[in-house]
Amino acid sequence: MLGAYLPILLLVIVAIGFGLVSLVMSSLIGPKKFSVLKMSPYESGCEPVGTGQERFSIKFYLIAMLFILFDIEAVFLYPWAILYKKLGMFGLIEMGIFIVILFVGYIYVWKKGALEWE
Amino acid sequence: MDIVILGLPMMYYIAMVAKVLVAFVFVLLTVAYATYAERKIIGHMQVRLGPMRTGWHGLLQPIADGVKLFFKEEIVPSQASTFAFLIAPLIALVPAFITFAVIPFGGVIEVAGYKIPLQIASYVDMASGKVYDINVGVLYILAMSSLGVYGIVLAGWASNSKYSLLGGLRASAQMISYELSAGLAIVSVFMLSGTLSMNEIVNLQSGMGGFEWYAFKQPLAFIMFFICSIAEINRTPFDLPEAETELVSGFCTEYSSMKYAMFFMAEYANMVTVCALTTTLFLGGWNGPLATTFTLLGPVYFVAKVYFLMFFCMWLRATVPRYRYDQLMHIGWKVFIPLGLINIVVTGIWNYLI
Repeated sequence: MLGAYLPILLLVIVAIGFGLVSLVMSSLIGPKKFSVLKMSPYESGCEPVGTGQERFSIKFYLIAMLFILFDIEAVFLYPWAILYKKLGMFGLIEMGIFIVILFVGYIYVWKKGALEWE
Repeated sequence: MDIVILGLPMMYYIAMVAKVLVAFVFVLLTVAYATYAERKIIGHMQVRLGPMRTGWHGLLQPIADGVKLFFKEEIVPSQASTFAFLIAPLIALVPAFITFAVIPFGGVIEVAGYKIPLQIASYVDMASGKVYDINVGVLYILAMSSLGVYGIVLAGWASNSKYSLLGGLRASAQMISYELSAGLAIVSVFMLSGTLSMNEIVNLQSGMGGFEWYAFKQPLAFIMFFICSIAEINRTPFDLPEAETELVSGFCTEYSSMKYAMFFMAEYANMVTVCALTTTLFLGGWNGPLATTFTLLGPVYFVAKVYFLMFFCMWLRATVPRYRYDQLMHIGWKVFIPLGLINIVVTGIWNYLI
């Protein structure tokens, strides 16, 4: 088992090393001329108004929450899909009930208007 | 030759380093020349020539671009959260490169009496002669590709700029939505394969001269997965996070020099990985005529299929206009999720009846 996972560790090290080296090298080589205007956030050439980390639409929170719910349901499907041929009729009916429950929740979310972006 | 470390022979370690370096350099070069190919292909599709000045027909253009970006000034905005701002490009880049680890790009080759499977995260057990790879390969890819979201959200938030914040938010919502639909689309493939190991999925598609490919058995899943993948890596027509007409450059507005280049590389590396994953899951991986007899042909078929899919992505960019954000969310949540669920149910009943 270890033999299959060691190369991933090496690849992670290579990738992080490549990223770090190119970041550090370019920041050492590149010119550095400080100016107040250059360091201010871009706002189409105007003086920036307020902060950049403002309140944003509640929709994004909602999408994140729905994602967590449905992604966990999707992950439940994976082990079943692997064993599906061995489980036979029993597994098929059981997962059918699971998907129906999932679908009811999905329709509820839809009808509540959580998926609208107007 | 008989040195054994952690129960593995010395040849294993040599093969491991060689495979990692070859794959890494391959992805890096593909990324560099994908930028060139994209400019050239779109140029010709729009009856322009594309880059022509640097080298023969602009062949040295990616190198010139790289050198230019390398020597540019590094700007950290005065109001940015410095640490998060600096670390974000790394978080975007690293997952893009390491997802390649579980994708098999060829069969088993033999070097100096030692069998090497052409897949980074795998090895051949000397005693039994069996190929071992990660048995949760697909889960690994799904996990790693979702890590890339953090880099983009962090970049958008840490820049402390309004355009960046909007780009980062759009990117996060879009990526997680389409990750969900992509995850549902491939469940039906695992119902047929009965395994999550990439190596076995490729072997299962080897027969019948290509008609065992899951693209033929699961055409709906194939189309859905490819569209969702394109949306997940923010390619046109789904490149809302970087929509230059509305958001300047989205989450990387404030980035310059190598840090900007790293977001760019991450995007193209993600494209390589997604195309490689689609090839592996649906287009038979490295399988092709005579690939089992002449094992060196495997990587050739694999690369050809991946490059064709990448060409298709660029073709899409030249053809299709950008989506509107509500349309994008509509198609992700209201079309692909029910379709994916229905596909699973139909596949389940169909296979049970046959």
